[in-house]
Amino acid sequence: MKLLRFARVAVFSIVLGAPLLLTACQQQDSASPWQLTDISGHMPDLMFRLTDDQGKAVTAADYRNKVTLLYFGYTHCPDVCPLTLAHLHVVMQRLGNLADGARILFVSVDPSRDTPEVLHAYVAAFDSHAIGLTGSPSDIEALTKRYRAAFSREPDKRGGSYDVSHSSGIYVFDASGKARLLATPTDSQDKLVHDLHLLLSPGDAK
Amino acid sequence: MIGRTLLLTLAILLPLSSEAAQADHIKASNAWIRLLPANLPAGGYVTLQNQGSSAATLVSVHSTAYASAMLHQSSASEAGGSTMRMLDRLAIPAQGQVALAPAGYHLMLEQATHPLTPGDKIDITLDFSDGSHLPVQFTVRPANASE
Repeated sequence: MKLLRFARVAVFSIVLGAPLLLTACQQQDSASPWQLTDISGHMPDLMFRLTDDQGKAVTAADYRNKVTLLYFGYTHCPDVCPLTLAHLHVVMQRLGNLADGARILFVSVDPSRDTPEVLHAYVAAFDSHAIGLTGSPSDIEALTKRYRAAFSREPDKRGGSYDVSHSSGIYVFDASGKARLLATPTDSQDKLVHDLHLLLSPGDAK
Repeated sequence: MIGRTLLLTLAILLPLSSEAAQADHIKASNAWIRLLPANLPAGGYVTLQNQGSSAATLVSVHSTAYASAMLHQSSASEAGGSTMRMLDRLAIPAQGQVALAPAGYHLMLEQATHPLTPGDKIDITLDFSDGSHLPVQFTVRPANASE
């Protein structure tokens, strides 16, 4: 039942999410051990200067030696962002102890509303390996541009609230900060678990 | 004076609203809310089955538990991103069903009027274009709930 429902969401997402980033230049050689899209050499190393959900200034160097999953979102997003984070929570659970070597970096594309306090409560509700990151609009924009992840603020709705359109890809970096894989919301938890297993197990496929 | 007018208006309106037709031909199942911390907007999900012989059109939702409840749709934008938009109406075909499920149609529930915790049951009323209503009980689930 659970699988069936996930499959239904996945199929729905495929229909809507067809023109996803990088599909055009996706080249999987048959010997590739990866089930997600291999972006090694196609995206720059992880680099940023932001504030974490404890209010501390951080850079990418603070997450060296961790496999990182970079995802852009915002806390006033009640549907797709929580769905993605809930999936990542299941992936982390399935990785067991290996998950200690991974961090989910949830970068807010809505820094005016997403204070470190709000982000802290938000990511903590999903997974203990998740870290909320926010910062100045220019620093966040620099990071989204670095990974060609567009976002835009939608017109205000009644009551002054607004939505933010954002890229829904999950960028995976290895422990040395090199860009390795891109997961889309249509990719199954199985693929994420498989590939993260390879990245997190010492001596395997590094 | 204003108070009397208001009372009179209420006296006229109340019997009307309580007589509004129940949408008996619509069956709701799997109704749940993904609760987020810090009173952030929450997503509401439900599967609606129309057992009637004509299409039913959902036009709005309301609940005493939320100051604002709207019908929304998430979809992928051209840039490969995700975007949300408000819906004015959602048709459920005769003898058919529509699922409000993550990454698609959902209720956007804002400003809870009292603190909620997982396991709570929340009543949300669905309003249809023919003037009928369907009260549905939603189960509150934690943020990281799997479907």
